[in-house]
Amino acid sequence: MSTASKSSARIKPFVRHDPLPAKAPPMAQSGIARWLRENLFSSPGNTVMTLVAGYALVWLAMQIGPWLLNGVWSADSIRDCREQLEGATGGCFAVIAERWPQLLFGNYPSEHYGRAGIAFIMLFVALAPLLFIELPRKMLWFTGLFPFIAYWLIWGGSLWVSVMALAGLVAGAMVYKRLEWRSAAGALAAGIVTAFVFWMFLSGPLVAGLSAVVPLQLAPVESGEIGGFMINFILGTTCIALSLPLGIALALGRQSNLPIIKGICVLFIEFIRGVPLITLLFVASVMLAYFLPPGTNFDLILRVIIMITLFAAAYMAEAIRGGLAALPKGQYEAANSLGLDYWQSMRLIILPQALKISIPSIVNIAIGLFKDTTLVSIISMFDMLGMIKGPILSSTDWFGVYWELYAFAGLLFFVFTYGISQYSQYLERKLATDHR
Amino acid sequence: MKTGTARCRPGSTKWTIRGNEDMKKTVLLGAVAAAGLAGAAASAQTLAAVQDRGALNCGISTGLVGFASQDSNGEWQGFDVAVCRAVAAAVLGDPSAVNFTPTTNQVRFEVLNSGDIDMLARNTTWTFSRDVDLKLEFAGINYYDGQGFMVPAALAVTSALELDTATVCIQAGTTTELNLADFFRVNGMTYQPVPITTASEAQQQYLAGTCDVYTTDASGLAATRAAFEDPSAHVILPEIISKEPLGPLVRHGDNEWGDVVRWTLNALIAAEELGVTSANIDELAQGTDNPEINRLLGTEGSLGAMLGLSDDWALNAIKAGGNYGEIFERHIGTSTPIGLSRGLNAQWTEGGLLYAPPFR
Repeated sequence: MSTASKSSARIKPFVRHDPLPAKAPPMAQSGIARWLRENLFSSPGNTVMTLVAGYALVWLAMQIGPWLLNGVWSADSIRDCREQLEGATGGCFAVIAERWPQLLFGNYPSEHYGRAGIAFIMLFVALAPLLFIELPRKMLWFTGLFPFIAYWLIWGGSLWVSVMALAGLVAGAMVYKRLEWRSAAGALAAGIVTAFVFWMFLSGPLVAGLSAVVPLQLAPVESGEIGGFMINFILGTTCIALSLPLGIALALGRQSNLPIIKGICVLFIEFIRGVPLITLLFVASVMLAYFLPPGTNFDLILRVIIMITLFAAAYMAEAIRGGLAALPKGQYEAANSLGLDYWQSMRLIILPQALKISIPSIVNIAIGLFKDTTLVSIISMFDMLGMIKGPILSSTDWFGVYWELYAFAGLLFFVFTYGISQYSQYLERKLATDHR
Repeated sequence: MKTGTARCRPGSTKWTIRGNEDMKKTVLLGAVAAAGLAGAAASAQTLAAVQDRGALNCGISTGLVGFASQDSNGEWQGFDVAVCRAVAAAVLGDPSAVNFTPTTNQVRFEVLNSGDIDMLARNTTWTFSRDVDLKLEFAGINYYDGQGFMVPAALAVTSALELDTATVCIQAGTTTELNLADFFRVNGMTYQPVPITTASEAQQQYLAGTCDVYTTDASGLAATRAAFEDPSAHVILPEIISKEPLGPLVRHGDNEWGDVVRWTLNALIAAEELGVTSANIDELAQGTDNPEINRLLGTEGSLGAMLGLSDDWALNAIKAGGNYGEIFERHIGTSTPIGLSRGLNAQWTEGGLLYAPPFR
């Protein structure tokens, strides 16, 4: 016993106070090896897929890499490009270096590129308060003025034309405000009539008179001279901006209890959706001339804007109708039980929710619309693709350059459509308040 | 929504923006004819309208190598464009007083008939139905073309009659297509068509080997071949299977204006025949021993007044870009990358078909 107790006193029992330091996980279970294993080589099937995809990527890079890296950026013609390349693979990007003003601005007078550039920058300033709610609301005043300033900058002429267009709208809005308490719809009609009367009878003499006193004149640019990516951009932004309110009105109209309004909206939506956009564009460019009185000079860009807007509005209406239908009936009933009238309940309860649901579809339409603006090349408007297909590819110097130009056009469109898509995802995250 | 955009896309491929050189397709024939009736009545005084406006509204192609294209400054250049400039110089004394209206294959006749343009110089083939049914008036022929074939030299084909069972790149919906079908049927051969829309697309398809043969007007073939990395690897076969007389045109119903365009073109052709060039024209305009040159340049007689123009109308027209031969050489001739030889477009004295009626 004693020896045992002695020995037990001598031999301290092993008590661990600190945990063993964690060993590094096995090679296959850590770091890049594990990531590869889990994500790329988790099963024989996936391994094969990974190898095939990897091979395809490397092959693509090998094909495109030299083409991009060896590219010739300074040459007079495609023949010059080929001489410089001496048989090596390489793109002839000199065509972009030489013709970029035409690709971006069409035949817009080069001394006025600055005007177009200012309008382009101002567009983002004008859009900012619409896109980001955090910005001061006072900026919306600029947003309201922007279309008129941009028109003046791009088309030139007298500033008073824009001012009078704006004044007509203001006059209409004032009439609407005055009569709103009687009936919203009646006031709206009265406001529209007022604006039109103003534009038809008052604005012409006023513009002439005011221009005589204070000219405020920019060198005018004709619609036919506007082209390249600029026209795609003008058409895209204008038509998206106009088609959204029109689409909301159509969607509400289609849900309306008033049979005539509902009938008109259904007919319009179904007709427009049943007709290809290209047909509408042909109508705008060719057939309208037969319906208008001879000698009418109805601007082609305006005609195209109207047609694309109508087209997009029909699709917008259906997207928003989807949002309206997705709302539980209780929301409508709750709005009614609060004593809100139709417009109030739409504005305060229904539309904010319905539009939120419709964001992905609306953005989808907006992106599609932006890309569809290239269809105007078929009615001899020199948009970006029209410029490539027509004057540039048919010049003796550059006939035969093909991929470089279309790749450039694709890149430019990608930048903007990707931007739109990223913004919409940001908006969806920000507005995510329920159903999660 | 996606189906909506997709739905209009396939439709769009049917419409060629620039049907290349042949330009024979007529779309909306009825509408054009109807418009022709209205348009003719509405615009009987084109010459006065052009003079009042101070500018000629001239319809051209949206782009065709050698015939109409823009340089890097956005200036229109080309063989057809030169006709517009010559007419503007004859009428207004200023070759730059032209508003160019690029038109596609589909809308060109409607645009002309609706009165938006005064004349169309868009290498359009002179055919019976266009002249008679569409109520148009061809002011002459500025280029004699015809449909041909191009094949890679490696195929060792020397004649179009050896093309049995070939795949052929062809513009859909044009009469090139009809000519091709006729040619193969007459010769008891079969082929497989590969439809394409534009010259540059045709070039890509042909180079990629999608088709063995590319067929279009011979001038277009030459332009396409000239743009290849190695033109000698491709041959243009000797057979020409159609007649394509291309020329400027105006509306029916205004013969005075038709005369102006016709005789401006004739003046360019006659100038070459008479040896009047942009280099020696100022000297010749002082008066020469040749009465026809004197009448042409306005130092003798009063041909200009008969047209309702000034006496130096032809002088201005020729000064604008030189005589026919000079215009040809500058834009599509052998000194350019396109490298077309005169062929049928030589003067009648040199074995070609150019034959301007006398200035008398």
